[in-house]
Amino acid sequence: MGYVLEGKSGNWEVVCGLEIHAQVISESKLFSGARAAYGGAPNSQVSFVDAGFPGMLPVINRECVAQAVRTGLGLAAQINLFSRFDRKNYFYADLPNGYQISQFAHPIVGTGTVEIELQDGTLKNIGITRLHLEQDAGKSMHEQHPGKSVIDLNRAGVALMEIVSEPDIRSPEEAGAYLRKIRQILRYLGTCDGNMEEGSMRADVNVSVRKPGEDFRTRCEIKNVNSVRFVMHAVEAEALRQIALWEAGEEVRQETRLYDQARGETRSMRSKEDAHDYRYFPDPDLLPLVLAEDDIAQWKSKLPELPDAKRRRFCAEYGISFYDAGVLTAEQAMADFYETVARGRDARLAASWVTGDFFAAMNRSGATLENPPVSAAHLGGLLDLISDATINGRIAKDVFEEMLESGKAADAIVATKGLRQVTDTSAIDAAVASVLALNADKVTEYKSGKDKLFGFFVGQVMKALAGKGNPALVNEAVKRLLG
Amino acid sequence: MSLTHLSIKDAAAALAARKISAVELTQAHNNAIAALNPRLNAYITTTPEPALAQAQAADARIAQGNAGPLTGIPLAIKDLFCTAGVRTTAASKMLDPFIPPYESTVTAQLLAAGAVFLGKANLDEFAMGSSNMSSAYGPVENPWKRAGSDAKLVPGGSSGGSAAALAARLCLGATGTDTGGSIRQPAAFTGTTGIKPTYGRCSRYGVVAFASSLDQAGPMARSVEDCAILLGAMAGFDAKDSTSAQRPVPDFQASLARGVRGLRIGIPAEYSVAGMSDEISRLWQKGIGWLREQGAEIIDVSLPHTHYGLPAYYIVASAEASSNLARYDGVRFGARVGGEDLIDMYERTRAAGFGAEVKRRIMIGTYVLSAGYYDAYYLRAQKVRNLILRDFTQVFDKVDALLTPSAPTAAFGFGEQMNDPITMYLNDVFTVPASLAGVPAMSVPAGLNAQGLPLGLQIIAKHFDEEMVFTVAAALERAAAFSHLPTVRAA
Repeated sequence: MGYVLEGKSGNWEVVCGLEIHAQVISESKLFSGARAAYGGAPNSQVSFVDAGFPGMLPVINRECVAQAVRTGLGLAAQINLFSRFDRKNYFYADLPNGYQISQFAHPIVGTGTVEIELQDGTLKNIGITRLHLEQDAGKSMHEQHPGKSVIDLNRAGVALMEIVSEPDIRSPEEAGAYLRKIRQILRYLGTCDGNMEEGSMRADVNVSVRKPGEDFRTRCEIKNVNSVRFVMHAVEAEALRQIALWEAGEEVRQETRLYDQARGETRSMRSKEDAHDYRYFPDPDLLPLVLAEDDIAQWKSKLPELPDAKRRRFCAEYGISFYDAGVLTAEQAMADFYETVARGRDARLAASWVTGDFFAAMNRSGATLENPPVSAAHLGGLLDLISDATINGRIAKDVFEEMLESGKAADAIVATKGLRQVTDTSAIDAAVASVLALNADKVTEYKSGKDKLFGFFVGQVMKALAGKGNPALVNEAVKRLLG
Repeated sequence: MSLTHLSIKDAAAALAARKISAVELTQAHNNAIAALNPRLNAYITTTPEPALAQAQAADARIAQGNAGPLTGIPLAIKDLFCTAGVRTTAASKMLDPFIPPYESTVTAQLLAAGAVFLGKANLDEFAMGSSNMSSAYGPVENPWKRAGSDAKLVPGGSSGGSAAALAARLCLGATGTDTGGSIRQPAAFTGTTGIKPTYGRCSRYGVVAFASSLDQAGPMARSVEDCAILLGAMAGFDAKDSTSAQRPVPDFQASLARGVRGLRIGIPAEYSVAGMSDEISRLWQKGIGWLREQGAEIIDVSLPHTHYGLPAYYIVASAEASSNLARYDGVRFGARVGGEDLIDMYERTRAAGFGAEVKRRIMIGTYVLSAGYYDAYYLRAQKVRNLILRDFTQVFDKVDALLTPSAPTAAFGFGEQMNDPITMYLNDVFTVPASLAGVPAMSVPAGLNAQGLPLGLQIIAKHFDEEMVFTVAAALERAAAFSHLPTVRAA
């Protein structure tokens, strides 16, 4: 049984679909040559086309088209050879033309599928309805002036992809997993940076509830939710609100709502009756967008390996668990780092080091993979010293800490600090004999059946050898001399 | 001959031969404008000083021996073309004040060819109209008069200022734009020539948009040849206009002397509309006779969906206009009337800025695109448009060009046809089908009516065959030998 919410009248199922707005990574805007980068001084990246000046005309940016197609391919979706731009007409101060150029009737990408993974390891497919290209609007700011709003048009005209899912999502967890998965795929593809804090990715969340087995009931759309966590909260909060309404004998009205992150609830923005009539019609300034099979084939041939494929390959190629492979392929840079460490080495040992000590060090230092605390080459060098028995696992941890601090290579640290492990059996035998002599009482206890003390003797010997003893040889010697 | 009465071709020859200077030529026009524009109101803005500076540059260029085809030729620019540094109004209060920081592609090409700009010609507000009565800068008076009457007549529209300036000898050539007949009808009303090129032939970049799928810039002049010269400079692919055609620009002048012998000229039955005056019918017959005499084969043809052209046009054009004019909101440029909040500011600004005809079309356009009406109006009009296009495509399998009247009447008086907007819209009945189909069409003056007013004939050819239009138009022009002059004109 999946996720259900208990109401007074019994169990309720949540039905959810997401419309994700993802800002396309491109040098310039969708229909003008102005820079599309985030964070410029207000109105410093605005062309006359973006500002809707008289006689200005849009010209499609082919790179944005390529990015949309790449994304469609990454979502295993159908690429439409014919698509068209429509005008969505409405008045707002930060919408210079009085219309947004979007794709309404004929989107560039059709149906596709995305696989999500839940906490318990369950895999589930979420259907993609469509992906279309559209322009972003500018930004209105109301705090700068007591009686006026100020407008920044830097964002006006920047290319967005709107990715619409089927209403296949059944829980907050699935909503979060879906959003994360889309973000992961887009980041792999390099088509959107997925940065929700800067607003380059945001989601409209459609939610309804129903009794299991029922048809869909009325849905509400929660606009512009800007983090995975808020999306998950919004789904739950909205579902609970709707359940309460239905159970009180009221109707859920179709409407657009906002998620109030401070209060953790949704509130009404406008009802269906107040909904805009967008008066969509084909933009007469633009020709239909016709793609050549050859172009698509070329873009397809240059696509990077995507997370699902990479994860399955990691399992097969490196013999690591599906879980670890998932962790290691979360980000392209992470996967690249792991592969550099693992290639030609003990790949499982590499996985345990990368997901263990290396991740811990990253978290501690707040470093990023672009600038890792230890390079993949250095970490590989450390693993080499373990594999060829130059050092043991215990010493390796110390060496790793030293690598973090000094930035030096493992072999240099081992050489200067004399950390090479002790494999001289006579030295090990001497150390064991000395430990046993010093702990005659414990030897007696051991011999009378207290087996657990074996570990104590090994520990004492390792201590005597300053941690450098070869673990197998030390074990063997303790066993023999206790004998 | 007076400098203001020269053809572009003769003026260019005289300039090249150093018989006249560009400064003299421009000064003569500046003087004529100063004398007559206060009465005719053909120009909204005149730029005598910059014009003289351009003329001086033109003389220098001629002296250096690197003159372009239009070097030193004084033109009127319809005030729908954005001109860098020169106020552009679209004949609306909405844009006042607006001084574009950019030049339209068409005017930039004319400047590159050496042309001198005398000023910005009046038009119907946002090019919406057939009389020039809707200009926020006042109506334009047609230089032509009915015999024995001093009643003011309209020059047609929307390029009425350009047409009146040409007829009154206040420029040698002019730019116009034609969405449903805005070049051809005023040309017919003023005894001048004008061609609406194939949609996509001239860039729309920098031309204030009325209806994007129909708007097309074109030349107006006093001869077919002058139009050919001007179009050669105006036309061409422009990467800044996605709908501009990636085609070479032919030598239009070369097509003028080809003659119509052996050409098949179609006479569409549907253009004999009820209520058309006998004078227009007779002129049409005369035109048919001229072409037949010159060896053309006359073929009766049918364009069965012509009748639906006018309603389809007013739906499509108004729909696009309602969206294109949404940008005039008082936020970023042009006029603003403050309000209590954003919506109030929009309402006050647009109520004050737009004239009645523009408001009417915005409302029609908004209506036909609205949920519940879109299918019945906009979508159906688009289907009609496709049928009209098919009519033309099929007929051009049988004939090389079509001959029709340009307008159902001669120029009418101020205040006439003003009671009912529908009557006014009927002026476009002959010009709208070619606009909907995107095919090139030209009006040439072919004679006078009984009251002494000029009448025009329209030649239509297939897409991108302006050369055919020019060939037939030149043949008609030779036969008609139209040499009448309007009452009001520069010496």
